[in-house]
Amino acid sequence: MSLSLETASQPEKLRRVVIDPVSRVEGHGKVTILLDENNKVHQVRLHIVEFRGFEKFIQGRPYWEVPVMVQRLCGICPVSHHLAASKALDAIVGAKQVTPTAEAIRRLMHYGQILQSHALHFFHLSSPDLLFGFDSDVSKRNIVGVAAAHPDTARRGILLRKFGQEVIRYTAGKRVHGTGAVPGGVNKSLTLAERDELLQDIDQMIGWSVDAVQLVKQLHQQQPNLYDQFGLSRANSMSMVGSDGSLDLYHGSLRGRDADGTILFDGVDYQHYSELIEEKVKNWSYMKFPHWKSLGEENGWYRVGPLARIQNCDFIATPLAEIERCEFVAYNGGLPSHAPLAYHWTRMIEMLHAAEKIKELLLDPAVLGNDLMTSGERGREGVGVIEAPRGTLIHHYRVDENDLISMCNLIVSTTHNNQAMNEAVRRVAEQYLSGHEITEGLLNHIEVAIRAYDPCLSCATHALGKMPLEVEVVNVTGEQLSRLTRSSDGQLCLTE
Amino acid sequence: MVAPVLIFAIGNESRGDDALAPLLVRRLAPWLAENNLAEACEILEEYQLQVEHVLDLQQRRLILFVDAGMDTPAPYDFYPLKNSAAEQLYSHALTPEALLAVHQQLYPAASLSAFVLCIKGESFELGEDLSALADNHLQLALDFTSELLLRAEQSAWQSF
Repeated sequence: MSLSLETASQPEKLRRVVIDPVSRVEGHGKVTILLDENNKVHQVRLHIVEFRGFEKFIQGRPYWEVPVMVQRLCGICPVSHHLAASKALDAIVGAKQVTPTAEAIRRLMHYGQILQSHALHFFHLSSPDLLFGFDSDVSKRNIVGVAAAHPDTARRGILLRKFGQEVIRYTAGKRVHGTGAVPGGVNKSLTLAERDELLQDIDQMIGWSVDAVQLVKQLHQQQPNLYDQFGLSRANSMSMVGSDGSLDLYHGSLRGRDADGTILFDGVDYQHYSELIEEKVKNWSYMKFPHWKSLGEENGWYRVGPLARIQNCDFIATPLAEIERCEFVAYNGGLPSHAPLAYHWTRMIEMLHAAEKIKELLLDPAVLGNDLMTSGERGREGVGVIEAPRGTLIHHYRVDENDLISMCNLIVSTTHNNQAMNEAVRRVAEQYLSGHEITEGLLNHIEVAIRAYDPCLSCATHALGKMPLEVEVVNVTGEQLSRLTRSSDGQLCLTE
Repeated sequence: MVAPVLIFAIGNESRGDDALAPLLVRRLAPWLAENNLAEACEILEEYQLQVEHVLDLQQRRLILFVDAGMDTPAPYDFYPLKNSAAEQLYSHALTPEALLAVHQQLYPAASLSAFVLCIKGESFELGEDLSALADNHLQLALDFTSELLLRAEQSAWQSF
């Protein structure tokens, strides 16, 4: 797997284009592109200003506070952190196996999170590009434009998202700052009324999820070259799979495949993740670059998330999603797909699976049970892994003799995908930018590739007044030649 | 029954002055109860505005978004939302203006009257407490919010 275009041989002789920040992703990302006088691309880098202060923030806190505190790490996927932390801290209270009710409630919460997050990503963040075109009118290429041109699609996205949030509210106890999962189990189950209320709408959610898969399939069928080739780069893949090889987003063991689809490791207990994965620091990015130790930095990087998961599992245990998985595999001739835009297709298959799982869980009497907690011999260290909407999420904690957190290590999904996103951006730059005059539409192609991964670079703050996009072109002496800005109301301004 | 007035607090209490809005509504809640306004005024609190919050805007007579801002005039700014603006549509989270614009597209028959109370903060780092300056602004904003809610009519709010 090539790392070409990561570092130009003579960067001082090239001009520089910056996309800062990348829009419609969470948090702060920046892309720099070095071009020669003929606009040929020589270097492309996605820089992520990753938030790394959390591990320090959590040190010294009592372990039982952690599942609630970690939700403040991210305003986008707080439930994923809540559950990964709870799973890790089960080991501290000696809960080797939580009760059936605790497991069912946690799973229900998690699939609610998957449903709402995938709906948000597809309908709100990506559908503007996919429905209108990557270089369509930028003033309409947003959720307001989708609501105006495709109101039913927008409304369905909102109601799917709302339903997922309601599942979270009933299982976590509150809309935000939920406390549902705790080390050793959960602190509430569903009432009959709550269960029945969610059941009322679930068939509609499954139906809309089926329609969403059909929509994204149509997009692939209408423009197969675009969807199959855009940003294409071969990569290894990693995800958790269930003990029977099924898609399991809540619990399982780690499986990795190479770019040809051959299984390189399987059944790896995630408690030993640190023997499998190491993280490399590069001097041009704050975000680390994880890779499998066995293959080394150059060949051991991998992608996570829906595209990896749908192709890594042997089957999906819910019927409608399994039909769609088989169709996706057949579309690619049984070979692994490495197309970034296939993330959208697989993401919608997962949304359908989540809706089906929610129904299955709601019909399971365990969600109404009262046996919520378990405990056993106390431990001092635990690892919790969950397949969050964007990919594998690892939480690792140690506690001291006073039950205070003494060590915290997190590897979030976006970090796992760091190299894969960089490679996708480089391929898009080669395919679309090289040799052309830079326009907003062309630069949006770069952002489309990044958004396919749905990176969450969140710091969960939202202070008003930040500039959504700024592109500078400077010459070899650093003199600014032109500047393109997109203001907060979506207007573009080019100054030369 | 849907409360006619919605007070929507946006912020993360673990990020320094980003806690301004959550703290304001928590201090406001007992005052609402004492003044028999708890049923008329619903409080919602979120880290960020998301697109599904358009559903929370339905059937409201007045909406007050409370947020912290870095560049806002001290101690706070209060202004009516523009009805057609589509600002900052480039993140998972939406601005109040963008949320209103989505609502207008999806429910064109509904007419909303929404205002923003943006309280000036100065530091938004994770793990920080509220700064002394922000704490001062918070008390002034709380007094102002109480005045608003005693005169919860669009025409009255426009005169502030």
